[in-house]
Amino acid sequence: MKTLDMSAMELREINETLQSAAGSNEAFEVTNTRGAHAIAVGLDAPIHVTVKGSTGYYCAGMNKQATIHVKGSVGPGAAENMMSGTVIVDGDASQYAGATGHGGLLVVKGNASSRCGISMKGIDIVVHGNIGHMSAFMAQKGNLVVLGDAGDALGDSLYEARLFVRGSVKSLGADCVEKEMRPEHLKILADLLEKAGADAKPEEFRRYGSARKLYNFNIDHAGDY
Amino acid sequence: MCGIVGLFLKNDDLCPKLGEMLTDMLITMTDRGPDSAGIAIYGAEGEGVKITVQSDDTSAFDGLDARLAEATGTTPGIRVIDTHAVVTLPEAAADAAVSALEEMGLRIMARGASMEIFKEIGLPRDVAARFGLREMGGSHGIGHTRMATESAVTTLGAHPFSTASDECLVHNGSLSNHNRLRRELAREGFVTRTENDTEVGAAYISSRIAGGANLGEALEGTLQDLDGFFTFVMGTRNGFGVVRDPIACKPAVLAETEDYVAFGSEYRAFADLPGIESAKVWEPEPATVYFWER
Amino acid sequence: MDKTPRTLPRQSWTFSNEVNSEIRRAAETGIYDIRGGGAKRRVPHFDDLLFLGASMSRYPLEGYREKCETGVTLGTRFAKKPIELKIPITIAGMSFGSLSGPAKEALGRGATMAGTSTTTGDGGMTEEERGHSEKLVYQYLPSRYGMNPDDLRRADAIEVVVGQGAKPGGGGMLLGQKITERVAGMRDLPQGIDQRSACRHPDWTGPDDLEIKILELREITKWEKPIYIKVGGARPYYDVALSVKAGADVIVLDGMQGGTAATQDVFIENVGQPTLACIRPAVQALQDLGMHRKVQLVVSGGIRTGADVAKALALGADAVSIGTAALIALGDNDPKWEAEYQALGSTTGAYDDWHEGRDPAGITTQDPELMARLDPVAAGRRLRNYLNVLTLECQTLARACGKSHVHNLEPEDLCALTIEAAAMAQVPLAGTNWIPGKGI
Repeated sequence: MKTLDMSAMELREINETLQSAAGSNEAFEVTNTRGAHAIAVGLDAPIHVTVKGSTGYYCAGMNKQATIHVKGSVGPGAAENMMSGTVIVDGDASQYAGATGHGGLLVVKGNASSRCGISMKGIDIVVHGNIGHMSAFMAQKGNLVVLGDAGDALGDSLYEARLFVRGSVKSLGADCVEKEMRPEHLKILADLLEKAGADAKPEEFRRYGSARKLYNFNIDHAGDY
Repeated sequence: MCGIVGLFLKNDDLCPKLGEMLTDMLITMTDRGPDSAGIAIYGAEGEGVKITVQSDDTSAFDGLDARLAEATGTTPGIRVIDTHAVVTLPEAAADAAVSALEEMGLRIMARGASMEIFKEIGLPRDVAARFGLREMGGSHGIGHTRMATESAVTTLGAHPFSTASDECLVHNGSLSNHNRLRRELAREGFVTRTENDTEVGAAYISSRIAGGANLGEALEGTLQDLDGFFTFVMGTRNGFGVVRDPIACKPAVLAETEDYVAFGSEYRAFADLPGIESAKVWEPEPATVYFWER
Repeated sequence: MDKTPRTLPRQSWTFSNEVNSEIRRAAETGIYDIRGGGAKRRVPHFDDLLFLGASMSRYPLEGYREKCETGVTLGTRFAKKPIELKIPITIAGMSFGSLSGPAKEALGRGATMAGTSTTTGDGGMTEEERGHSEKLVYQYLPSRYGMNPDDLRRADAIEVVVGQGAKPGGGGMLLGQKITERVAGMRDLPQGIDQRSACRHPDWTGPDDLEIKILELREITKWEKPIYIKVGGARPYYDVALSVKAGADVIVLDGMQGGTAATQDVFIENVGQPTLACIRPAVQALQDLGMHRKVQLVVSGGIRTGADVAKALALGADAVSIGTAALIALGDNDPKWEAEYQALGSTTGAYDDWHEGRDPAGITTQDPELMARLDPVAAGRRLRNYLNVLTLECQTLARACGKSHVHNLEPEDLCALTIEAAAMAQVPLAGTNWIPGKGI
């Protein structure tokens, strides 16, 4: 375990160290984060990074392969555009968690605020707590699992992402509807809950998806655009 | 476009440390607003009213006490702090004093029983040092670092904006209907002094409070009548309020312990606060008013 | 027969046949008109400016013998690896999806031969263009289609798109006909749907947040790549000042004549400022911040000739960018396809239904048969030739004004033919020393 102390090192030096690490057994610990931005971004190796403390914007942005565990809360855009790997947040996540992510797994143990999973493109996101308004806006692919409640306008203008919510949904966005939970969905959900260390049963969730009414313009749905 | 910090103390023992806590918070928001910085401090209330004035030429403060004494027939107290001066005098003489100060070419930054406002162009660290912010005490305070959008980088264009006694507003975002509202408010007598959108927001809230609304109701009104993007933090003599527009894109974080309520544009602002590890930390919901009163 | 004289049937200027045809189309379909291209209305443009040239008080340079440099370096502020271009003319962002693979390849070939850069678009980076573009700018757009860190690192620069001249404040709309299997796959979308593009970025709003986003992009790319910010011509003074404050290395400013693959006609024609009107306020903002020539300004929107290039540089731009003109150089709207344009209800020069994917020239399409009509090698050569002509023309004018580098052209080398152009370009009306709005 190599310690990278943010009170003693520049952000560039810390990210450079993490970005050039290649060995799959390498482990790092980033300390004294104090809400700093762009920590552990652009990693591209199966390394393990523990971030001790809360972070600012875009922690673990564009991650590939690495496992990044934040022992604190994260600011806006955590794991944005993630390609692969795993990001675990012990605390809460601010706006845009997992935005536009293409792959990998983002686990938020606390709550995620607004626009969680916005424009997601294949990432899996599991939130143990609640999520805020406009989550999964224009979400294209992947799975968003919420053990708690969802805020207003869930899944507005949704494409093919799957949304699973255990608690209440304050309101559904345009073109987002509740859908039948079929065996293949229960399987996906069981797998994600296990990976995310979530203590919940797939049967407790409801599934939401796109009604696909906005896929091709129809004057009778103009009010929903 | 900006950084905001705010602190509302619930534990009086912390009041002497308000300036110190707020200064560190303010400096963390430098990247969000390097153009200018400002702070409103709700400090100890004495006899009468405090008027904070500003002048780029500090020789304007020479002999100010004598000139004001002549204009108001009172014996004003004057405390000069860098480009600002805080004048203290009886409430009954306040209107005459404001007229006289304006005639002398001084800019009125604030007026109130407890509120003082200090703001200048420059980096937050330098602005805080010039005013000795770290040494100031008080019950609550609001700070702002500004990245100017459409209006000029000037002292008057810096936040906080005050359009009524003991009331101040800071803003992160950009309003889209402020010009029409500015003209309507002017007809009601709430005159703004800059082209700044935030000042219109401040005048709007002041007009609502003058019309009988409490802080919560006045902030509620912004959701109906102001368009665009905003995270507002508002101070009154005994209150501290927060509201975000319904889209709520601009960042905002609140933290609360038994001792204080803190606001920050980013979590970074809280890093040094006592007991922050165990504080309740959350993001204010869109179109939802939060306010605390002493 | 009634012998009473009759007036000729008179068409309304307000309700012209063109206007009426749009009313009928709207009434029939219930959707606004979507099209490609830029504003078609006449707006004051570079045509309304003239160079003064040298005679007695200034001395010209000898054409072909005395050097007139054209090189430009973009991204000198923060990036470790700025982009060096041989000519001050770049190829603007146009997406794979709106354009065919061979068209993207042709742009890369032509630009590379001419010593300049090309730009990706909404839809990610293709091998066709990376492989054939020596210098490639990777656009970072609200949709983030195809966005990934590997392409970010193999780009030569990153362009954060905040807006474009055809639609400042708007997103796009790519109709289903062009979302083929390959396009859909790159964008993670279902095939054949109407793609609705967002108008704001998903994970930041405003310059204070953008500053942090740029930090992230720089950290991911080791502070090597120049970061451009592209804005539409809306409020150029403030937009440029805030781009500088947000940390841009280069600012791309796109006036209202700038093209788009597919946007509402009402947006294209009614939002934004003419390119001519955008440049001086933008340069003023850079000068006020002490950043002119330090943060480079690239101007686009309706650049067609070497004279346009020279005039934009004289007004203070560091380089220009071309999109529509490059497509025409490749073969777009060529008269040889007139019969087919007619069959599509259009005519040469007016064809703008690029979003429908039936482009006879094989450029703005994903149809394999149509695509095959464009030979990327020959089309690339045409673009190279055209870029060379623009450069030669620009040099010719600069030499005539006594400049050994095109960047030494100044507003004082120009006069205006109309009061409008004089006011917008802030140069005197020809024959006078009067700049409207600036007193005598």
